Amino acid sequence: MAFNILEPGLSTTVQDQGRIGYYRFGIPQGGSMDQYAATLANRLVGNTVAEAVLECTYIGPKLVTEADAVIAVTGAPVDIYVNGESVPEYERVTLKAGDELKFGVIKGGTKYFIAVHGGIDVPEVLGSRSTYPIGAIGGMEGRAIAVGDRVPVGASIDNGLAELSAIAEVDRPVYSKDVNVRVMLGLYDHNLSANGLDSLLNSEWVLTPVADRMGLRYSGPGVEWKDRKQPFGAGQDPSNIVDAGYAVGSIQIPGGTQPIILHRDAVSGGGYAMVATVISADMDLVARCSPGTKTRFVAVTMEQALEARQKNAARAARIWS
Amino acid sequence: MKQQTTARYTWGGDEFLFVEIAEGMSLEANFISNSIANALEARGLSGIVDICPANASLLVRFDPDVLDWQELERTVRGCESEVRASNEQVLQTRIIEIPVWYNDPYTNETGARFREGYHQRPEGNDLDYAAEVNGLADAEEFIKRHHESPWLVSMVGFVAGLPFLYQLVDRDQQLEVPKYLSPRTDTPPLTVGYGGCFSCIYSVRGAGGYQMFGVAAAPIFDPSQALEDFSDFMIFFKPGDIVKFTPIDEIGYGRIRAEVDAGTFRYRQAPVVFDLKAALADTEGYNASLLEALNGV
Repeated sequence: MAFNILEPGLSTTVQDQGRIGYYRFGIPQGGSMDQYAATLANRLVGNTVAEAVLECTYIGPKLVTEADAVIAVTGAPVDIYVNGESVPEYERVTLKAGDELKFGVIKGGTKYFIAVHGGIDVPEVLGSRSTYPIGAIGGMEGRAIAVGDRVPVGASIDNGLAELSAIAEVDRPVYSKDVNVRVMLGLYDHNLSANGLDSLLNSEWVLTPVADRMGLRYSGPGVEWKDRKQPFGAGQDPSNIVDAGYAVGSIQIPGGTQPIILHRDAVSGGGYAMVATVISADMDLVARCSPGTKTRFVAVTMEQALEARQKNAARAARIWS
Repeated sequence: MKQQTTARYTWGGDEFLFVEIAEGMSLEANFISNSIANALEARGLSGIVDICPANASLLVRFDPDVLDWQELERTVRGCESEVRASNEQVLQTRIIEIPVWYNDPYTNETGARFREGYHQRPEGNDLDYAAEVNGLADAEEFIKRHHESPWLVSMVGFVAGLPFLYQLVDRDQQLEVPKYLSPRTDTPPLTVGYGGCFSCIYSVRGAGGYQMFGVAAAPIFDPSQALEDFSDFMIFFKPGDIVKFTPIDEIGYGRIRAEVDAGTFRYRQAPVVFDLKAALADTEGYNASLLEALNGV
């Protein structure tokens, strides 16, 4: 069983929960950029959280299924068509062999997810099916899907849960053009001047179109660094440090101009000072933002970050029971 | 040692502990970072997801649902004390010869496409610029300095399998070269780069901000694991590896490429014990003994 790809869409990649444990070698965690949205699709089709899905960026694929299939689409709001007939998002949809799935124009956000019962069954590489295009591993031969691909679908599985035909409105992600992103200050925040820190936390930052799975760049007033003598090996700019490991979700501000949030496919290290990190509970929120989104960075403590994480976990436990 | 006596502990959100051994780069700081990483690994603490030693710092990824963050910090501080108290500053490692075609047409062609707005000195190439800022006579002299002393892999990362390398010479002999003003969107695969006091080898094609000096002949990242040196893992380098760059010309480069294509290429390498104290006491003499290990391999 497979999906035959008639049109690939803008950048459609196979993703799962990610490739954890190889960061020390420079291999990013990868995985669905909005983990929560992707798991909702898996829930609807009767998978576990671990099955791979197709992550679509703005423009989804046009595909034909070789055999009967149960699918669901979740994430950014988009029109979905089966043989030209509209079908709902956030609901379980049954396809017959030969049915054609395609998408209309996205109406917010940037990413939506197609799950299929059995999961996308490309080979695992280093414990994950997620696509890492720079290293050419995972997914369909290490790249986004292409015209003529035969995307394999796995055998039926039993997740042991009652069938769920639709995600309740209250459990669906929200796509806002105005967000507060919670961050923990730290790492090299002491290199910012008092004004610089104030700019970071009290300015409105606008997401630029320079945003993808690696990172999201924001425009705004910039930040000011403390005057200091740069340490040996760090480079001359005050935003430079001796090359170090980058926390996923960390915010760096090269040259002090545009903050960049590193996301799931980011480089694992480099020479720019990180000044804060998006808390794990808000990484999906960042993934939902489209260019032009007004963003404020709100500082929270470790305790608050862990509380937000537990709240998300409790919601997931409810949906997966 | 002239290091600060305790590292700086800080958090990268709720999943990452960042430990800065020192602000500046040094062999000692790198040694401590790697030793803490090894000590932490040995504890086998559950909830630790990834331990990433870097040049002068350490990043630890953890699962806060499994491992309490304060317990993690206590444990890493314990490892740090243990490492600082130890007189054991010896690394069981290997020395590897990396053949490089310096001043090659691939990096020169790419460099030429990124001058105005990218580079400090649009005229000439990256090697000419590097020679100039280090007060050396010409590119040839810079190349000689680059390959005549060995390097330590001080970090692996950025992209899959990319080694950062720190040259095993006294501080006053260190070469330093600024990064590009603005990163290139393209770098040939296996480019030997330089930024700050670090060399690197770009494992894959892609963006990059380091100056480009040459191209390594054989792969260092091989997802197909076709070559014997990759039979265990698709990534060649580990922190602590010692590298000897060897200059080759177009003919030598072509010969190695043919061996790679035929699947017969193997890196020349030998096991060595790296002793930090001995290396710091007489760098030149110590390097000569390291390089001897490669003779006869």
